[in-house]
Amino acid sequence: MLILECPYCGVKAEESELSAGGEAHLTRFGPGSSDDEFHDYLFVRENPKGVHFERWRHANGCGKWFHAARCTMTLEVFGTYSAQTTEPPQEIKDVITAKRPGWSWRNVSDETNTEGQRT
Amino acid sequence: MKRYSAFAVAREALRYNTGWGRAWRSPEPKKHYDVIIVGAGGHGLATAYYLGKNFGITNVAIIEKGWLGGGNTGRNTTIIRSNYLQDPSAAIYEKARSLYEDMSQDLNYNVMFSPRGVIMLAQTEHEVRGYKRTAHANALQGVPTEWITPARVKELVPIINLAGPRYPVLGGLWQERGGTARHDAVAWGYARACSDMGMDIIQKCEVTGVRRDGDRVVGVDTTKGAIDCNKIGMVVAGNCSALSDMAGFRLPVESVALQALVSEPIKPCMDVVVMANTVHGYMSQSDKGEMVIGGGTDAFNNYTQRGSFHHIEETVRALVETFPMVSRLKMLRQWGGIVDVTGDRSPIISATPVEGCFVNCGWGTGGFKAIPGSGWAMAELMAKGTAPLAEEFSMTRFREGKFIDESVAAGVAH
Repeated sequence: MLILECPYCGVKAEESELSAGGEAHLTRFGPGSSDDEFHDYLFVRENPKGVHFERWRHANGCGKWFHAARCTMTLEVFGTYSAQTTEPPQEIKDVITAKRPGWSWRNVSDETNTEGQRT
Repeated sequence: MKRYSAFAVAREALRYNTGWGRAWRSPEPKKHYDVIIVGAGGHGLATAYYLGKNFGITNVAIIEKGWLGGGNTGRNTTIIRSNYLQDPSAAIYEKARSLYEDMSQDLNYNVMFSPRGVIMLAQTEHEVRGYKRTAHANALQGVPTEWITPARVKELVPIINLAGPRYPVLGGLWQERGGTARHDAVAWGYARACSDMGMDIIQKCEVTGVRRDGDRVVGVDTTKGAIDCNKIGMVVAGNCSALSDMAGFRLPVESVALQALVSEPIKPCMDVVVMANTVHGYMSQSDKGEMVIGGGTDAFNNYTQRGSFHHIEETVRALVETFPMVSRLKMLRQWGGIVDVTGDRSPIISATPVEGCFVNCGWGTGGFKAIPGSGWAMAELMAKGTAPLAEEFSMTRFREGKFIDESVAAGVAH
């Protein structure tokens, strides 16, 4: 069972206390955007085997949204962090780099290895 | 290939079963194939089979990273039905169901198709409305289904408790021609028939890259070396995003874990398939007597092929209320599979931005029932570039807003 620590109330909450909110750090395209951008924003999501960043809500707790960094292959949790950010904080990226050298996800990655980045 | 028959059984009985050959060959890959199918599950093998049978294309390799039928084909709850709402779905699922009817004869392999009937229970007012609508839609599509009353449900399923306090049974959508089949046998039967047509099934061979010449696919890199091809069909369910990344395009799917469990074997007590979508539980009794129970999906992206305990608890808690007699059953096994879910809960059978590369994915929580129809449509698409059954399931439908919304019929996936 997945256990995430809520960065707001500090509770180590198990899966049934949380609700998953899908991919994190989306850019919300609206009027004026291209068809490709709007299509990808609505329907296409990162579906990585490995490092993934997600939104979660502490639904049966403090009720607040937060972010989590997680491995989809092992369910290992790298850390959770505030929702008030548009990209993963450096300390989370450092934790992932220590455990998964060479990782990349969308346009963020292990800074020592920028191959495989998607812009 | 030796034909399986009553005569063959008798003949082998007289010579201590020494004459049975292997059902399919295990060749080393050749340098070049006309078509490479990635994924030797039901859908991949069915695609290869109908490429050979319907279009005479037999220079085909089916590449599988694990073992044949070891993914979702071997992990599902084997339910076959075609009571979907939208016309394109009804067409392909009904095609699949009808192909199941004579599959054993067609493949000369007993797939144990058992058209025992499928009930989808309505346990909320929303479901009553939803299933009545589906029954009317099915009548127009020529798919025989009917809305049945609680009394009729009780007649078909004597072990059911209609008056559950939380989930009373308000009726059901009954498809008499639905049922189950032996999932492994479907994969094995197709594999044997493909191998017999001269196709190469290459197991334990993982695709590590898709090779392109400009916008055209020219081959794949695998753990057994590079293999050239003219066309490639990606039929890898939960791993389709990883494969499409290698080819350089993106798919509108997310991979999540779906799980099932099976009880100890008991005497026959339920001779139909019952699905209860409100509570994410569905149950049938296997020929061995085990109650086969399907549960819900995890809500987050996942590749671990495991389930979560709380989903089992939810499923079993609800089933105990609807079927009080299962409360003292012991569960034998529990497992998970990785299903690829699209936004409208309908599959993608489509050409892709890469020429010569075709994709068949997005079957989500209900692919087993569709195996023959999916293979039929995918084979036609790959051979001719267009297929009536696959037309509406193009990956461009999201851009065009032409969704095939099956969130009610697919049930488990919402």
